[in-house]
Parts: sequence; C-alpha cells; structure tokens
Amino acid sequence: MLSLYGVPLRSRLLLGTARYPSPAILARAIEASRAQVVTVSLRRESAGGATGGTFLESIASPGVRILPNTAGCHGVSEAVLTARMAREVFSTNWVKLEVIGHHGTLQPDVFALVEAARILTQEGFEVFPYTTGDLVVAEKLVEAGCRVLMPWCAPIGSAAGPTDPAALRAMRAHFPDVPLIVDAGIGRPSHAAAVMELGFDAVLLNTAVAAAADPVSMARAFADAVEAGRAGFSAGLLEPRDMAVPSTPLIGKAVFS
Amino acid sequence: MRTLIVNGEEHRVDSADLAALLSALGYEGPWLATAVNGRIVHKPDRAREMLRDGDRIEILSPMEGG
Repeated sequence: MLSLYGVPLRSRLLLGTARYPSPAILARAIEASRAQVVTVSLRRESAGGATGGTFLESIASPGVRILPNTAGCHGVSEAVLTARMAREVFSTNWVKLEVIGHHGTLQPDVFALVEAARILTQEGFEVFPYTTGDLVVAEKLVEAGCRVLMPWCAPIGSAAGPTDPAALRAMRAHFPDVPLIVDAGIGRPSHAAAVMELGFDAVLLNTAVAAAADPVSMARAFADAVEAGRAGFSAGLLEPRDMAVPSTPLIGKAVFS
Repeated sequence: MRTLIVNGEEHRVDSADLAALLSALGYEGPWLATAVNGRIVHKPDRAREMLRDGDRIEILSPMEGG
C-alpha cells in the first residue's frame, strides 16, 4: 500500500480541483477517480468568505484528504507564507510546494524550491515538491527533508505525457525508497499507465480530467489506468527486444515434408 | 480613519485591529487566512493585530487548485 508521510492510501491517483465545469461535476469526478487526496489552493477572497466556504463544501468527503498547494508563487517568501496560511486554513502539515520560475513552461525555480522546502520542513511541514526530472535537484530536496518527490513529466496543463521517460526511469532507480509521484503533463489514461509501469508510486493530475468532454468518465478511466499500470509493474514487465521470439513451443511441431 | 491595502485594493476604514477590519468588510468563515505586510496573523491573534496607515492585508480563502 502507498504511504505518504506515514499516511496509508489505497488509491494511487491524486486529483486537482481546478477548471471543472461545475462544483457538482467536480464532486462526482472526485468520487469516480477514487482519489483519496485532492489538491486545493488559496486565493484572495472577494466575497467576504462565501466563495471559499462553498468550494470547501463541494470537495468535502470523509475519505478525502486535502493537499494545499502554493500554485502561482514565484519566490521563496511568497511560497513559504502561502504554505503557512494554508496550514492554518486546512489544519494539515501537508503542502504541495510549487515555486514557479518560468512563465511559459511553468517550470519550477528549483533553487528557490529547495530553499523553501528546507524552511518549511524545519517548521514541521510535510512537503510534496513539484520539481523537474533533475536528479541533483531531487537529491537536494531529499536532503532538505522532503520524503516525497513529484517530478513533472511535461509542462503543467500540456497533456504531452512523459516526454523524457529516461529521466523518470533514472529517478526511480536513484530513489528506490522515496515515494515518487508524477505531477503535471499527463494528458490521457495511457500516459498515467505508462508512468505507473515505470514503477512510479502515484500520479497527480488535474486538467486531463477537468477539461475532458466528460470529466466524470475520464476520472474513472484514469483510476483504472493507474491501477492497471501499477498491476503491470508489480507483475513484472518484459523488456522489449529487437528480434522475434516464438511464443508457441517448437518442440513437438509436426513435420509435413 | 486608516487607509489600508486589502487584497490589493485601497480601503478607508475605522477598524483599529485586524479582527475588526474583517468584520467591517463582511469577511466571515473559519477557513479564512490572513497576513499583514507579508506576515501571517493567526486567527487567535487577529484582535491583537493593530493596524497602521498603509498596512497591506491579505485575506485568503480555499479555492480550486491543481
């Protein structure tokens, strides 16, 4: 069973809550996804608090844990302050740490990310860092106290899928004991299955479900794909080879000429 | 009267402390988080957080996110 910061989870799919057509469809998509962790953000409240309350109600479920994020933060102090505020609002030490460094790709500023992760872990936060596939950065994050790593497989919202499987494989090999979650870039269920087949522990996605024509059905498809990919990895996958290998035994084959 | 920047907008208010400001602007709910000049102010401390002219106040709330 997957365990993130000591919390056992049956589901290996984590779901974002943004961009759904309606709160009702979001609630149904969460249920269909079988996700036990959903990500949320903090934003300026303009309606006296009513908007936030309505949103919280739409995602509230006894079996669902909240992972607040620092989405859109661009520096250490902004990310750290947002994390502190999120901890107060959601009464959780969990935080998905995003420190964006590039407007076009939404690539994390990995230097600020490591520094913010160090500050937050010292304050008792359990940090889920959104990072790149860079092993050196990943090492620094682990040194900073991160016990989960969340590399992208492509830019946020791109739906491009795993553009650099070798980097994901290297990360899996390099951190056999650290839970690895692919965060960002997943576009279709086969992408989710593919990264799970690489031995990743979980997948975090949002847009691929929220922006689908039928988000609820897509949530179910992703839930199944994540389980299938994991089952395939656990069962032991064959390595591809260039030449044919007969699958039917040749011994006992009739000779007609 | 004080001039405060609340969520990026200028407000002229009488409120002496942060709790009074939230009340005056109609902010309610246990899920709100507040910061003054880039420093978090926890819920129990809001009534003791005295406001000065020009203070920048952020009032945040749970929202959708990925």
